[in-house]
Amino acid sequence: MATENQARADRPSLRSQSLLYGIVGQEMRQVTRQVPDDEPPQLPVNAELRSIGKSIPRLDAVQKVTGAAKYTFDVQLPGMLYARQIVCPWPHARVISIDTSAAERHPGVRAVHVLETLLQSARLRDPEAEARNKYPTVRFAGQTVAAVAAETQRIADQAAKLVKVEYERLPHVTDLDAAMDDEAPIVFPGPVEQPSTAGGGGAPEGLPQKGNVRGPNFGMPGMTPTGDIDQGLAEADVIVETEYRTQVQTHVPMETHGIVADWQDDGLTIYASTQHTHSVRDEAAEYFDLPKSKIRVISDFTGGGFGAKYGINNFGLLAIHLSQKAGAPVRMMLDRREEHVSAGNRPNSLQRVRIGAKQDGTLTAIDVISWGSGGIAGGAGIGFCFNALYPCPNMRTEQYDVFTNAGPCAAFRAPGQVQGIFSLEQAMDELADRLQLDPLILRDRIDTKPTDDMLARAHERKVAAERFGWSRRRPPNADAGPIKRGIGMAQAQWVYVVSPPTTVEVRVADDGSVSVYNSTQDVGTGTRTVLAQVVAEEFGLNAEDIGVFIGDTRFPWGPPSGGSRVTASVTAPARNAAYAAARDLAARLAPLFDDADPDDIFFADGKVGVRGKEGAARPLKDAAKEAKFGEISKLAKRHDDYEGFAVPGELSISRHGLGGVQFAEVAVDVETGVVKVERIVAASDCGRPINPKLVESQVIGGIIQGVSYAIYEDRIMDAASGHQLNANVDQYKMVGSRETPAIEVLLMEQIGAQSSTDARGIAEASNVATSAAIANAFYNATGKRIRTLPMNPANVLATLSA
Amino acid sequence: MAMNSFEWVDATTVEQAAGMLAESTEQRPVIAKAGGIDLLDLMKEGILAPMRLVNLKTIRGLDEIDTENGLSLGALVTLDRIDSDPQVRARYLALSDAAGHAATPQVRNAATIGGNLLQRPRCWYFRHDHFHGEGADEMGSRGADENQHHAIFDNDKNAMVQASTPATALVAYDASAELAGGANGSRVVKLSDFFLPPEMQRAHDARIETGEVMTRVIVPPLNAGAKAAYRKQTERDSYDWPICDVAVVLTMEGQTVQNASIVMGWVAPTPRRAAESERLLIGNRLTDDLARQAARAAVAGATPLAKNSYKVPVLETVVRRTILAAAAG
Ligand SMILES: Cc1cc2nc3c(=O)[nH]c(=O)nc-3n(C[C@H](O)[C@H](O)[C@H](O)COP(=O)(O)OP(=O)(O)OC[C@H]3O[C@@H](n4cnc5c(N)ncnc54)[C@H](O)[C@@H]3O)c2cc1C
Repeated sequence: MATENQARADRPSLRSQSLLYGIVGQEMRQVTRQVPDDEPPQLPVNAELRSIGKSIPRLDAVQKVTGAAKYTFDVQLPGMLYARQIVCPWPHARVISIDTSAAERHPGVRAVHVLETLLQSARLRDPEAEARNKYPTVRFAGQTVAAVAAETQRIADQAAKLVKVEYERLPHVTDLDAAMDDEAPIVFPGPVEQPSTAGGGGAPEGLPQKGNVRGPNFGMPGMTPTGDIDQGLAEADVIVETEYRTQVQTHVPMETHGIVADWQDDGLTIYASTQHTHSVRDEAAEYFDLPKSKIRVISDFTGGGFGAKYGINNFGLLAIHLSQKAGAPVRMMLDRREEHVSAGNRPNSLQRVRIGAKQDGTLTAIDVISWGSGGIAGGAGIGFCFNALYPCPNMRTEQYDVFTNAGPCAAFRAPGQVQGIFSLEQAMDELADRLQLDPLILRDRIDTKPTDDMLARAHERKVAAERFGWSRRRPPNADAGPIKRGIGMAQAQWVYVVSPPTTVEVRVADDGSVSVYNSTQDVGTGTRTVLAQVVAEEFGLNAEDIGVFIGDTRFPWGPPSGGSRVTASVTAPARNAAYAAARDLAARLAPLFDDADPDDIFFADGKVGVRGKEGAARPLKDAAKEAKFGEISKLAKRHDDYEGFAVPGELSISRHGLGGVQFAEVAVDVETGVVKVERIVAASDCGRPINPKLVESQVIGGIIQGVSYAIYEDRIMDAASGHQLNANVDQYKMVGSRETPAIEVLLMEQIGAQSSTDARGIAEASNVATSAAIANAFYNATGKRIRTLPMNPANVLATLSA
Repeated sequence: MAMNSFEWVDATTVEQAAGMLAESTEQRPVIAKAGGIDLLDLMKEGILAPMRLVNLKTIRGLDEIDTENGLSLGALVTLDRIDSDPQVRARYLALSDAAGHAATPQVRNAATIGGNLLQRPRCWYFRHDHFHGEGADEMGSRGADENQHHAIFDNDKNAMVQASTPATALVAYDASAELAGGANGSRVVKLSDFFLPPEMQRAHDARIETGEVMTRVIVPPLNAGAKAAYRKQTERDSYDWPICDVAVVLTMEGQTVQNASIVMGWVAPTPRRAAESERLLIGNRLTDDLARQAARAAVAGATPLAKNSYKVPVLETVVRRTILAAAAG
């Protein structure tokens, strides 16, 4: 493959180097790795650093809390128009005709555009079946058909109602089980394909499809069935066999999806609330046949994104067309209903799990079959945890997508894995119970894959159990009264991925000030701050001193905020570029210090000096002014991990993963069915934490989202009309401040000896174990297993009375 | 969604407001606005499109609390004031708690008791414009299939429930609404008669005529030794709508119940008296066991729908707990 040859040509010359490896505070050792020649020496542990590893407040905190931070929602351009989509009220329909004339005549309307190509949907393998349709078939209530742009939002809203669309209604089905029926209305008239986005999701090509059911999909490479399930089950002393159900979770970021498109004769500028500026640029280039060089995408701040904010989407396609037609910038922000209904959700699942084990816990078989519906999009799998977490000789994970007339799924904070772990880790808890083993001891025995995440979890189990007070655990259903308390734990696993195309530029201006550039966006994780901390370290400066320029495709290519890869991808090249720039600066400043050897020049506390003559150090600013050097600019690319990747590519997957262990304490009122999560202790790993406070904030956010998923969130579809009934933030219930448990985060510092910063991800791993830990605590509290999410009073009381 | 344009009039007297409201027609709706919480919600959702809003907040004297003889609440008294007024709290604890547990602090600061009693149901079919527009006909010919929050009593025709939670306590205290501006001048209606089973297609789910303004809520004086409690059972402690709410007012002599008033909200189209439970309590010593029997009687005859049978045991629990809390209080 061309990319492979190119990758080989790019491969830097290597040096063999001995590097520190292990969990800080535990026994560490030296390993030998092949390190690219141009990389700086390995960083010491965080305790010995000045900027990296420090919990400084995020650099944009004040901007955010004062409202000064400009989100896409806040963008105001001269002459900007406001858009409104026309969406279909029916869940399945052919569009017969569209009359836009009344809307076009409406005063204040500047453009109307009818959607020709539908994005965010699976695509027919053979488009022939619908080739004679003039417009895309509508397959869910709320699917967009057209849009108007007008001088005010009110005019746009009114004009949208004037667009007359004639529909021919078709039979529909919204329910997972109903859609699996042979007689069910058919969502697509033939087999479909679903490519993945930068956030993940999607499904392999060419799978069989019968009616609405597409599969089996045996998952990612490495998930192909191994061994012999029947034999494994025959060898088992104990078999745990159960069915689990998880619900649809919708995407509810603070800022809805949206863009402002500004089409000019000499190019297109897009402001986007996105998780990847470049994905917006690339799709705009593709659908508008523009050179990428003429498109600029800006995302100064993104108000949250959990996997669904990639590309231009249907609303973006429309906004760009409207801008082109009107010759003016067009603002298109989804309203809250559109966000719930059409912006991408976490699909539901029905999972049948069979696990066989020997008396000592040795696993003999893991057999899973799952169905899930991502509405009109594929990718409703249950992750890879069944195959990747606990080694077992006989494994099969058979996953099916079921299409329904509902809004599309999208990647969603650990896509699939959250659903999968809910059942896998409950099954393990049940297994431990049946084997009369402490769940931690069972994990000690079976969590044995030779990976960094396995090592992390082993340590995390110990520290978290101690902090949590695991030894207090009582037998199930130990409380006499109606309020039953219990504790439980579950493990997380997620991939550690990197985007090697990531390139970072570091500049030193002639006044000695330093800035860093990358196109990646900050979806709220603190990317600006982390970049500044890494660069500041090399120059002996404070993070606040560094100019950070991100969220703009004019800067060197940056990674998507998906797959928990940003920090892992950007910090290593940021450090490498900063190191190169600092060495260059040292050479240029050396003449000021009696032509000292540049290698002896150091930067610390805003000063530059020569080793051995620390007293003669002087402010960097003054030295720069005197030296009169031109601007320094260094680019560095994210090299492959020192050990390479298990799956290389734009999204390179390490053979190591991310771990994490969570312990939960719940109180269940068995008379009302109300479950209250009172406490969560999370032990988490993310390689080297660049800013522990920001990492903790990610973990806390993941847990809060996990509690919300476990207990409250549930998309309610009305089967008869095909509408989501609770597409608002009143009836779509989410965790509130009083439902937020006491959360403690125990953060590991794990040096993997794989890159110049050894930073890894955290965002998704922190969300994976929560619902299973809560479910296991529920069992400990009540003596009953809750296998259906969410754990709301209806489901809880049904479980308790079963 | 943005709203349609409308006119706004600041009323200065009840008579003037009533006069303007009397001009309301189906084509040109004129609607009273108090705190505006429910009204704006419905307008933004595209369910209400008034031609003119009559702002009642500019009428003086409608926001008074009088505890001289029983309790009189001006229709513009906010939920927050009902919650925080020490006199109300001391005497009408169940009402005070009901107001304090409704909605959120921000909403309670704006929401008035009059508007609260006249708010429309929270049914998610009612709140979705589709079922007022393209989907109205289909909806008309079937019930609410997703009925997890709907009624478990009197639900054969229409299972929507009244949304007001303070109403539960007010009915338990045998309160009335004072209405002014109608053909017969001012009138007083018992809240137990005031509410109507909610329906999709009408302006109010209560016996208020076009051109009437609610001026006061009147609560009769309590028996000496009255004790009360209110429980709103929600899924979340942060603001949430209830699965059910229950208000209990007891008059006790020692451990013996002299008089009992038990009202349940969110389980029937309108606040429902647990009459059989009251009968079981009156004249008897209140024990855990008696409370249990009374609670069982409260749910007897429930006819849960496909998705709301969980509400039956929850209601039974909450009735029992609220009776015991009232007795203990
Ligand atoms: C997040 C949230 C949570 C909520 N939780 C709860 C809850 O737990 N319990 C609960 O009970 N409510 C709850 N509510 C509803 C809220 O309490 C009501 O919307 C509010 O009390 C309405 O009062 P208002 O003064 O704003 O009325 P408005 O919105 O101004 O009016 C409502 C209706 O009453 C009519 N009206 C008002 N005053 C008069 C009058 N004096 N005479 C004649 N007609 C009049 C109006 O024309 C309109 O039809 C919640 C609301 C929100 C937004």
